[in-house]
Order: sequence, then C-alpha cells, then structure tokens
Amino acid sequence: MNTIEIVSVAAAAFAVAFGAIGPAMAEGRAVAASMDAIARQPEAAGTLTRTLFVGLAMIETTAIYCLVVALLLLFANPFIQ
Amino acid sequence: MIESPLVSHVIFTIGPVPVTRPVVTTWGLMIVLAGGGWLLTRSLKQVPSRGQAALELIVETIAGQIKDTVHAEPSPYVSLLGTLFVFILTANWSSLIPGVEPPTAHIETDAALAVVVFFAVIWFGIRVRGIAGYARTFAEPTIFMVPLNIVETFTRSFSLIVRLFGNIMSGVFIIGIVLSLAGLLVPIPLMALELLTGTVQAYIFTVLATVFIGSAIGGHSAGRSEGETQA
Repeated sequence: MNTIEIVSVAAAAFAVAFGAIGPAMAEGRAVAASMDAIARQPEAAGTLTRTLFVGLAMIETTAIYCLVVALLLLFANPFIQ
Repeated sequence: MIESPLVSHVIFTIGPVPVTRPVVTTWGLMIVLAGGGWLLTRSLKQVPSRGQAALELIVETIAGQIKDTVHAEPSPYVSLLGTLFVFILTANWSSLIPGVEPPTAHIETDAALAVVVFFAVIWFGIRVRGIAGYARTFAEPTIFMVPLNIVETFTRSFSLIVRLFGNIMSGVFIIGIVLSLAGLLVPIPLMALELLTGTVQAYIFTVLATVFIGSAIGGHSAGRSEGETQA
C-alpha cells in the first residue's frame, strides 16, 4: 500500500467517526425537544411527529454526506489509478 | 473485498442499451405493483369488500397526509406521491426476497426518482400559479434571494438522491459485512432495523416531495417549506 491509500483509509474512518458526532447530538436534542412538546401538548402529537421526522431526515443528511465521502475515498478515489 | 456500491453490473444488453441488475429489479417491481393495482381495482363496489376497504384506507391516509402538508385539494397530487411512496417502500423491502438487492441501494434509481420530483415541482408550480407566478416565487422574500433559491432547487434534489441512496445502501452494506463476519442468524436484527429504515426513508422522501410541491404551489405552509428544506 502506498501513502495515498493509507491516507485515504484513515481519512474515511476519520470522516465517518467525527462526522457522526454532530448529527447524533443534534438528533438527540431534536427528539428531546419534541418529547417535551408532546408531553406538554399530546393533542399535537401528529403534527409534531411529522415535523420531527422531516427534521431528523435533514439532520441525518449531514451524516450521510460523511458516509458518501468515505465511500468515495474507499471505492472511487480519483487519486488512485 | 466487498464490491463497490457505486458500480452496478451489466447483466445483458438490448441492442446498444446495457441493462443492469437494478433495472431488472425495478421493472419486476413495476410489473408487480401495476398488476396488483389492476387486479385490486378491477371490480370496485359501492359496498367495499375487505381488500377494497384496506386499499381505500391506504389511499385516504396518503391523501389526508398530503392535504395536511399542502393545504390544498390533494387529488392532483395523490397519484404521483402515492406511487412514489408505494414504489420506494416496496423497493426498500424487496431485500427481504433472497437474492434481490433493493434498486434504491444504487444511486441511479434514486437519481431517477429525484429527477421525477424535480420536474413535478416545476410542473405543478406552473400549473397552479402560471409561469410568471411560479418565477416570482424565486424572488421571495426579496429579489436578492434569486440566486440562492435557484441553487436550492438543485441542492435539495441532490440531497434527496444522497439521503435515500446513503440510507438504503449503508443498510445493505452493513448486512453484507456482518454476514461475512458472523454466519447464519446474526444479521436478522439488522435486517429488521433495515425494514424500519426503509419505511422511514420512503415516508421522508414522499413528505419532502410533498413539501417541495406545497412550497411551489404556495400553500400556507411557508413556515417550514423554504429555508428548512435546504440541508
């Protein structure tokens, strides 16, 4: 393995590992806030759940981007012939 | 070495057109869905049978969800959005059949679905507001937002592609890795989790398409339709 391959594998692991931290904390906060809202106002649970799912999808996208970057590094790396 | 999820293998070629495995799976799903829809709606009655009642429940639930999001009469949008939901759901769940890989785990299928949504948003926007009216939505809230809004229409389609692709593909990938590490029964909980992810992603794809269409036709759901769809 040459240097570029080693760096690519390390960078892929780095991207997934640290790219997961932010979305995980953000999703936790979003779920906690919506739990709080549902506990206060159970009759609004339907709307809150729908909005929560859409919001979670948005937050999760950042983690998915990290995953895609990691996959590009591993499988479609432009610097490895 | 596990093979790359970004390439798909050509099974056979029709003339100059190479046909890959996801295409074959997609056509199979389309035949099943269209044939099932034809069979179930062949003899609709005033007093519904059990199957017809279940079908009506599904259609009415989808129509109600669309009505809540778009704040308009849902009938023009039910056919497109309902088909999207049912197709993505069955595509995600098709991994339950041994030997079948979900077509949504390949980026081409997701790109095709997102292109359908991209043009449907423009089509419905122009049909409801007219060309000038739809063009004016790009200048909301101020004229300086025009470049950002134009960029947003592309980036949100791209994020639709990447979100569905990433979620489904990562599930298939992880099941493959676990299967290669530990044998028979270990991947089953992961497959159950993958069913849940497939449902949620089909729901989210449809809800986002609904929100985009709702913001294009200018319902009163503007609060979460513009800025928050960026991601």
